[in-house]
Amino acid sequence: MSINYYLYLSTALFCIGAFGVIYRRNAIVKFMCIELMLNAVNLLMVAFSTVWGQAQGQVFVFFIMAVAAAEVAVGLAILMMIYRNLQSTDTSILSKLKW
Amino acid sequence: MPISEILFWVLSTTAVVCSLLVIASRDAVHSALFLIVTFFAVAGHYFLLNAHFLAAVHVIVYAGAIMVLFLYAVMMLNLKKDEESGKKPWFKFAAAISAGLFLLVLTVAVKRTESPQIIGTDTQIGTVESLGQVLFNEFLLPFEISAFLFLSAMVGAVLLSKKQLS
Repeated sequence: MSINYYLYLSTALFCIGAFGVIYRRNAIVKFMCIELMLNAVNLLMVAFSTVWGQAQGQVFVFFIMAVAAAEVAVGLAILMMIYRNLQSTDTSILSKLKW
Repeated sequence: MPISEILFWVLSTTAVVCSLLVIASRDAVHSALFLIVTFFAVAGHYFLLNAHFLAAVHVIVYAGAIMVLFLYAVMMLNLKKDEESGKKPWFKFAAAISAGLFLLVLTVAVKRTESPQIIGTDTQIGTVESLGQVLFNEFLLPFEISAFLFLSAMVGAVLLSKKQLS
């Protein structure tokens, strides 16, 4: 089995995640798409760590998971605060810093 | 076709289709449920690559902890369904074109590289023992720092969601 299949799969997953971040305006779904992108990178890291027989890639995946968990906790708290102030999680409302 | 290859295609199709459904579904709860299916498919890929420890951690952390957090947030936010209605039509095209170009560039770049075969799928690097050896020898300091990261994330989340910052 070639590593290329895993490369294509993670590329597809990453692009779907990037598309979702641009396309959707609900901030929670945006967060989910960011998790998808992180997962694509994790999958590729595990695949390459198996190819080269090195455990360091898998340890990095472990750290990425830790950072993702912390990011989601803080991000959802910020989202709650935004919702409390604006009664919405639509990101197109949050444009006051734009110009 | 060996069984691992069949499993690879089944899991890949599940992951891609469910990740597309995450974006396509209107309801945020449906998105979260499809995301759980995607996570399980990725965990299956980890099993195929003999990364058993990571597969277990992935299911526990993502499908267990993170998705519960997401579902709680969706439950507490009480979202309205017609939030996406006022979207400008060029916005969809812009998103599709930029993501499509990104996909094209990455696919061409992958196509032009030489690809090593995955030979050692029976290796022991994914077991708890070998990963623990690496984690607690080579990566001990980052491991401790990640504990501080969790502590600060916890304090930050509590501080942010308090009613009033007096």
